[in-house]
Formats: sequence, structure tokens, C-alpha cells
Amino acid sequence: MSSYSITEPSSRQKWVAGSLVIFYAVITLLPLVWILTTGFKSPVDAIAYPPKVMFEPSLEGYVNLFTTRTRVSQEQLEALPPPATWYEEIVRNRDMVIAGPSRYGERFLNSVIIGFGSTFLSVFLGTLAAYAFSRFKVPLKDDLLFFILSTRMMPPIAVAIPIFLMFRTLGLSDTHLGMILLYTAVNISLAVWLLKGFIDEIPREYEEAALIDGYTRFQAFYKVVLPQAATGIASTAIFCLIFSWNEYAFAVLLTSGTAQTAPPFIPTIIGVGGQDWPAVAAGATLFLVPVMVFTILLRKHLLRGITFGAVRK
Amino acid sequence: MSEVKLGGLSKTFDDTVAVDDVTMTIPNGAFVTLLGPTGAGKTTILRLIAGLERPDQGDVTIGGRSVVNDTPAQRNVAMVFQQYSLYPHLTVRDNLAFPLRSPLLKTPEEEIDRKVLEVAEVLRISHKLGNKATNLSGGEMQRVSIGRALLRDPSIYLMDEPLSSLDAKLRSDLRIELKRIQENLGATLLYVTHDQIEAMTMATHVGVLDNGRLVQFGTPREIYENPVNLYVAGRLGQPRINVLPADLFAGAPTGAKSIGLRPEHIAQGEGKASRVKRVEHLGDQTRLHLSLDGHDIVTLSEHHTTIEPGDTVAIQPRNPLFFDASGARIA
Ligand SMILES: Nc1ncnc2c1ncn2[C@@H]1O[C@H](COP(=O)(O)OP(=O)(O)OP(=O)(O)O)[C@@H](O)[C@H]1O
Ligand SMILES: [Mg+2]
Repeated sequence: MSSYSITEPSSRQKWVAGSLVIFYAVITLLPLVWILTTGFKSPVDAIAYPPKVMFEPSLEGYVNLFTTRTRVSQEQLEALPPPATWYEEIVRNRDMVIAGPSRYGERFLNSVIIGFGSTFLSVFLGTLAAYAFSRFKVPLKDDLLFFILSTRMMPPIAVAIPIFLMFRTLGLSDTHLGMILLYTAVNISLAVWLLKGFIDEIPREYEEAALIDGYTRFQAFYKVVLPQAATGIASTAIFCLIFSWNEYAFAVLLTSGTAQTAPPFIPTIIGVGGQDWPAVAAGATLFLVPVMVFTILLRKHLLRGITFGAVRK
Repeated sequence: MSEVKLGGLSKTFDDTVAVDDVTMTIPNGAFVTLLGPTGAGKTTILRLIAGLERPDQGDVTIGGRSVVNDTPAQRNVAMVFQQYSLYPHLTVRDNLAFPLRSPLLKTPEEEIDRKVLEVAEVLRISHKLGNKATNLSGGEMQRVSIGRALLRDPSIYLMDEPLSSLDAKLRSDLRIELKRIQENLGATLLYVTHDQIEAMTMATHVGVLDNGRLVQFGTPREIYENPVNLYVAGRLGQPRINVLPADLFAGAPTGAKSIGLRPEHIAQGEGKASRVKRVEHLGDQTRLHLSLDGHDIVTLSEHHTTIEPGDTVAIQPRNPLFFDASGARIA
């Protein structure tokens, strides 16, 4: 018998807790694994029934994702010079030739610009606003804070039509700027409230000490408050990025060309040359990567962020 | 270093009067201690001088110039806060260097290194310079914040109970060290404390605060020997001054309501008989708890006294203090 400890769980408790976590992780990760593997299947394997767990990996999905192809006759195919690259060979095996690059790269880049752009803007403006609300006597502070929060009391898509008309009038439809502004507007209330909570927790004495030590208010903010709010800023940034990265409804409504993001684009892959599930899965897999990398980079901050207010260092 | 004057200074928070019409001159090179119970407004006075609070009324002048419209940086004061004083994201070294790196001072790095080492040596924190500020004990944190103030050359040092979380030994060492530094620099210092020894030994002047009002300002001896009222009399003295009805002993002046007896005001051997209830040996002093006509009195006895509980001791006043019904001193 080991002695009882309040900090160290017994091995049985650890075993039970561990199994539960693994069980839950398997359930939630299964769809992700399915997407990941489908991306490496051939179109036939992808729709095989019963589903194939073991299969011969193929990059066809990824090739199809990044290219547009045209079907050619057997004679035309034979007339062509031998394929110069491995991906051309994959396409030729399906009696097709590569007509050009697909739009996935552009759409992906749009997602990056709009997602990170609006995240930066939300966090930047949110930090300034949260600092002001936390530290200064703002007239009608409580009303303003309530108003800011109230912008999230209905689903944003409920105001889709006014926004659509507004964007058309202002020439913001299908522009990067328009989408960045829109996502910022949606995210800013979350950012202000989250960050205000974090900044409220930083004792004023630190800034006051800096003021007395000869720094200006802005320098005190920059050198003393910001480093201590880093946790809050990082977790707020993750929440904002996840929203704007995954947003689908406004993206469908307001973008079609120049500024179209990946979420509305990925489903359209299906239509090109039959039901190309591997290409869709490949598109979805790659789409996950940036948020995942961003989250992993800021991971150590996130844990404290989720439990914000509840724990102190 | 400069003379600092407070003129009719008042500050109210919502409906708490924190500082009430305080007028006080802190002479150049003086070590002024503020005494007062919790909530008396000591911290608020320091914050008003530092420029962290704006007075509702009154003026603060430093070196003859009014500074009420200056920013804290412009006032060039150094402050040791009561709590939360170190920047938690910086190391001890960077905490100490922080004021020296300010746009105001822009000290060259070699000089910063030299000064930081010097002050760390004095405050015995050299071995902690590489630590994160959060990995320090309460006493170490206080020493670092004292060090951060000492690294500067301000018009006045403001210290809010800087030695409060140190153990007795370190406290008395640093008390002497701080006093030595202050004398060497000829620094002007305003110092908040609850500790009588600190107030008595370090200060050139003591200000006693009651509910935001400055009730007496003078040398430590004046405050101790010549308190203007009962409240001030109760602030200094271990054991506390005994306050009894004036008519308990003969010879009270007219109008006297109560008599204040410190141990040195109580002559033992003659006078009224009192019963010994308890004898306390505190090591450095021996206290007698007496009962006289139902009134409790605490006084001192010589170290190796043979007096025991149940004994009778005759006592009478010797140059005691008398107070009227409002508590004001009348003799
Ligand atoms: N920012 C503030 N808002 C509202 N009331 C305040 C504020 N700062 C101080 N007070 C009030 O003013 C009074 C004086 O406070 P102050 O901090 O100056 O006391 P203190 O003498 O330093 O006490 P302590 O010995 O406990 O530190 C207290 O009643 C306090 O509650
Ligand atoms: Mg205080």
C-alpha cells in the first residue's frame, strides 16, 4: 500500500482516467483519421464498401486537388510524348492530361490572408479596447461593454442580408479587405471580453511602478502589461483564428472569386470530373494544417487561456 | 534631493475620505515616518506625492515647484510599493535595471551592471540576480524593490512598509543599512510603517495619521513624550499606554477625564495597592499585569523580579499625561 496523497493520484485512478481520455480521443479523432486516409486512397478505394482500412496509398487525390484535367482519347494519349513528371503519369493513367493548376492554392492563400489578417486586427483592436476598459474611467463603460457583447447575441448570419447589401454598396463584396473587416467585427466582441478578463487580472501596481520608474503610459503598457497579457493574447488569437478560418456561411454568400476562402471552395471540388472524394479529403487535410500548427505553437498558453480567470500562476 | 511640501491635501474615494486636509513639510534630507492604523490614508498620501492619484484639493510641491500637474515620471520620485512591486516577467537583474533603462535615464549598460551589483550586494540578493522575480520569497521581493528604488537618484524616496515581510534579524539589519544609506546620500525619505522600532530609530520626524487627518507631526521623541491626544499616545509604546479614569489618583488637573500611564509613568513601591494578575517574561522585558480597583494596568518590572501572581504592588503616577473628555492632551 502506498500512502495517500492529495497531489498524486493512485495508479488505478490514473488507469481509469487515462482510458477515458483515450476512449474520448479515439471517438473525436476518428473522422479526422478518416479524412486523412481518404486523401491517400484511390477514388475506387475511397467509396469501397465495406470501407477499406488497408489500402495502397496513392497521391491521386492531392494531384487532382491542385490540377484541372481534361479527358483525352486513347489515340491522342498515345500521340503525346511520355509523361515528364510523376503527377503527369498519375493523370495519364486515368486517360487524362493536366490542363492547368486548380484554384485551391489561391483559395488557400485567401484563407491565410483573411484568417490571419482578421485575427491580427481583432486581437490588436481588442487589446487596446480591453486595456482602456480595464484601466480608464470610460463614460458609460458598462453599457458599452454590454453593447459589444450584444453583437454576439444572435448568430451573425442572421444579419447576412443587410451585410450583403452593405458590402455591395461599399464595393466590399468579394474583397480581402471586406472579409477581414467582417470577421474582425464578429470576433472583436469575444476578443475585448476575453482580453479584458486577462488585463483585469494584472495588478495596476506594475504599470504604476513603471510610470514612476520614468516610463510613459504607452511604454508601461508595452513593456509591462503586454508581456504579462501574452497568455491571454495568444489564446484569444487562437479562438479568433479558428472562427475566421472555419467560417463558411458568409464566405459562400460574399465571396465567389478573388477573395473566396477555402471552405466554400472545397465542396466545389466534388463536381469536377465525378465524385472525387480523395481530392476533397486532401483539400480538407491541408486546410487543417495552419490552425493546427498555430495552435501547437501557442499551446502552452492555451491551457491557461481556456481556464482563464480560474487559475493564477 | 529636495524639500517636499503638502498643502491642504485632500482625496476622497466615492464616499471614503482617504486623506483629509493634510499639510506637512518634509525637509530636505529628512527621514519622515508615517504612522497610522490600517485605512488611515498612508498609502494614499504616498500615491498623491508620486502622482498616481490626483488630489481633490491641495498642492504638492517638490523643491519649491508645484507638481500636481506633472506626470509621475516628471516628478522624479522613487517608490517601494506595499505589494506587487516586481515585474513578474523579468529577472531580478532586469527588475533592478528597469528604472535605469527608462527613457528618462538611459544609463549605459556597463554602468547599469555596476550599479545593480553594488545595490544587490548591500541588500544581500546578489545570488538571486538571475532568478525570475516570481521565484523569490516575500522578503527577497521586498529587498529587490527597495534596491530598485535605491538605484535611482530621486527628489524623494517613498517607501510603503518596505520591511514588513522580513524576519526579525534581517529586518533589524536592513533597518540599520537603510538608515546608513539614507544618511550617506542625504536622501529625503517618506516611510510608512506599523513598526514602532522603525519609527523611533530611523525617523527624524514622525507624522501620525488618523482617518486621513494628520494629527501630529514632530520628532519621534516629541510624539512619544508629548502626544497631543490619546490617539497619538496609543500609537507608540510597548506595552501600550494605560488609559484610566483621571480621578483614580489624586492630583488630576481640572477638566481631566483620563490619565495616561506609560510604564515609566508608574512608580512602584508607594501609593495605591494593586493586585498582580499575571507576570509575563518576554525575554527582553518582564511585564506585570495589574488590577487596580477593577482597572487593568500593564507595566514593566525589572528582569529578575520575584513578584508573583497574587502579590500586591503599590503604585502611583509619576509625571503622567492627562487628557480631557475629547481625548485632547491637557497636561
Ligand atoms: N482606489 C481606491 N478606491 C476606493 N477607496 C480607496 C482606494 N484607495 C484607498 N481607498 C480607501 O481609502 C482609505 C485609505 O486607504 P490607504 O490605502 O491609504 O490606507 P493605508 O493607511 O495605506 O492602510 P494600510 O496600512 O492597510 O496599508 C481606505 O479606507 C481605503 O479603503
Ligand atoms: Mg497602505
